[in-house]
Amino acid sequence: MAKELWKGNEAIGEAAVRAGCDGYFGYPITPQSEVPEYMSWRMPQVGRVFLQSESEVATINMLYGGGAAGKRVMTSSSSPGIALMQEGFSYMAISEVPCVVVNCMRGGPGLGTIQPGQSDYMQATRGGGNGDYYNVVLAPCNMQETVDFVQEAFDIADQYRNPVMVVVDGLIGQMMEPIEWHDVPKRDIPPKTWATTGKHGRDHTNVIQSLEIDPESCNATNGRLHQKFMEMKKNEVRFDAENCDDAEVVVVAYGTPARIVMSAMKELREEGVKVGLFRPITIWPYPTEQLRKLAGEDHVKNFLVVEMSEGQMVEDVDFAVQGQKPITFYGVSGGAIPTIEAIKEHVMALLKEAK
Amino acid sequence: MAIVYQKTKGLQDTELHYCPGCHHGIAHKLIAEVMDEMGILDDAIGICPVGCSVFAYKYFNCDMQGAAHGRAPANASAIKRLLPDSPVFTYQGDGDLASIGVAEIVHAAMRGEKFTTFFINNGIYGMTGGQMAPTTLIGQKATTCPSGRTVEQAGRPIHMAEMLSTLEGVAYSTRVCLTDIPNIMKAKKAIRKAFEMQMAKKGFTFVEILSACPTNWGLSPIKSLDWIKNDMIPVYPLGDIKDIDKEVAKDA
Amino acid sequence: MLKQVICAGFGGQGALSIGKSIIEAGMAEGLNVTWSPSYGPEMRGGTANCHVVLSDEPIGSPVFTRATGLIAMNYPSLVKFEPNVVPGGLILVNSSVVTEKVKRDDVRAYYIPSTDIATEIGNIKVANMVMMGAYLAATKAFKVETVEEMIKGMFTGSKAKLIPANIEALHRGMECIK
Repeated sequence: MAKELWKGNEAIGEAAVRAGCDGYFGYPITPQSEVPEYMSWRMPQVGRVFLQSESEVATINMLYGGGAAGKRVMTSSSSPGIALMQEGFSYMAISEVPCVVVNCMRGGPGLGTIQPGQSDYMQATRGGGNGDYYNVVLAPCNMQETVDFVQEAFDIADQYRNPVMVVVDGLIGQMMEPIEWHDVPKRDIPPKTWATTGKHGRDHTNVIQSLEIDPESCNATNGRLHQKFMEMKKNEVRFDAENCDDAEVVVVAYGTPARIVMSAMKELREEGVKVGLFRPITIWPYPTEQLRKLAGEDHVKNFLVVEMSEGQMVEDVDFAVQGQKPITFYGVSGGAIPTIEAIKEHVMALLKEAK
Repeated sequence: MAIVYQKTKGLQDTELHYCPGCHHGIAHKLIAEVMDEMGILDDAIGICPVGCSVFAYKYFNCDMQGAAHGRAPANASAIKRLLPDSPVFTYQGDGDLASIGVAEIVHAAMRGEKFTTFFINNGIYGMTGGQMAPTTLIGQKATTCPSGRTVEQAGRPIHMAEMLSTLEGVAYSTRVCLTDIPNIMKAKKAIRKAFEMQMAKKGFTFVEILSACPTNWGLSPIKSLDWIKNDMIPVYPLGDIKDIDKEVAKDA
Repeated sequence: MLKQVICAGFGGQGALSIGKSIIEAGMAEGLNVTWSPSYGPEMRGGTANCHVVLSDEPIGSPVFTRATGLIAMNYPSLVKFEPNVVPGGLILVNSSVVTEKVKRDDVRAYYIPSTDIATEIGNIKVANMVMMGAYLAATKAFKVETVEEMIKGMFTGSKAKLIPANIEALHRGMECIK
């Protein structure tokens, strides 16, 4: 298929349309407002639902209602808006309602900045809302991955009956890059016999709700859900390792910073520096085992974590590496973007230390 | 022997958990009866709130969702947009609808979402144990205003049926009570009218139901009925506040 | 081949459009491309810029501090980004607006009176295409035929009448590079 030039946010919307999204609900927030703008005409064009909500709180509960009615539903937002949605994530996780949410991250905390950020890592990977639950969180690093993952996210959500997040940053949302529309692998999705569609002759009522007033029963539900989360953890881990076979310094980064690391790595390799990139593609589940194994390799001397945050992913790297090798962090936050030069300097400093 | 009365098919055979004298049971029954009588029970999707009626999903014999606190109108908006021919209703109390969920109900009404909301106004938080609600009357005692609600501290009660009636998306807004048979019959008529207008896609429909909470009011069920008549109704007058059918008739 | 170009100017001067034209031409020639705009409140009447990358290899970072080229449509953009250009790099200055000269002597600087040329052609909007022509001639990054085809694809139907002016602008821009 021919390559097409798309703007990130519009491509996110189109990817959802192609994945069979029945309803898009959203509230404007920079730097992702082009998604609802695109969906406002595109969804009606294909006979589907677009609704601008009154708030992110309402948005996520619209997904809850629509997803529980068996439809493929989606929203997109940016960091402060995603923070407001956490209630709904929690409800949907225990009620087992699928939905897709794209977080076009910006710098925080608070209103912060509209420039790119990755400071929602903890919020995205640790549940964010109340209770014991996880969302699958896909972290594409370019436009092609973004559109592929948005499409696939609908299938992942339906397979596990759970919210799936795609986290990008403001830069991916705003930039243009050529993409190809792929037929993403289709999963075997069982019919949604659980959905609250109206009984239509069914001999029982379908109920989607989150109350489990009896502790034993709530404990049992949590246990069952935990099994499901462990299944997700086992099946859905994705990562990419480049130049890690002989790397002395392994840089761990996801999203836009990973792309910047790729540029730094290319220059360093040309200078003969043995540097590699370990890129988590899912940040939950985290590629813990894979990173741990790499940490055990003799040639690996150091890890450098690069993020557009104050080091939120370092905990996961630390847990994976388990003290086998030292870990250093280089990050910028609040809308700043790491530079190729700074990454190179950090790598060189580590090599000097190691010698 | 001929059956002269039996339980509606609109409710399941589950024992209600409501306190003696509580009006939730009557309200449930009326809504269930109307859905059954209109033949829409099999298609209906209901959304229950957080509050005493949080368990309503066990009682109604139709598909049900349990919303987050105050968000039932958001759930309902999405369901109705995605399944435009399905009868959809929310059932919400005053803490849920008139406090934490004001934005959701106002905007659903503004958009003229074609579902029906049943608003149980008993002037108090029931499930959490009798705290002050936005609908609590001036002077009425609650666990968070033990000497009675004062204007200085908490302002005056909110009139949801009147407030929503100002929005053009609202087709029908009415207030009823369940204190005696004539009022129960009027309430049932209002519930039916709301569903009929919904199915005719006329706009958002809203039925506020003044309801007794003997437990948290500290009154007997009988005294609670008197309190509704003597104290609540003067503040929350009964009757249709908006009915676009009547307005159309008047204009013609 | 790796080209990293900053296009910058006042909002409305077409800096972002020049960047888009560059990546569209690059894409037509089978190169990998990215276009990353500055975004935010400064876009309303303030300065706007974009980072453009062209490469025959997969593109890593879409943003950069070391530019192989700068297209400066106004003076603040020249001042801001001149230090980012690598030695031997290219700076194209819109000399219809910017009267100052490039201070560095280790870069190739050209002064393109793009607005004046566009006015001569009779359509001020083709100033972008003048700059595009200059960029093409100065870098030989793509074939002139590619850009001509791109222009024909950009203006169809009732807008087809704009094609000759744009193609003329492209060539007038190329002629500025000697």
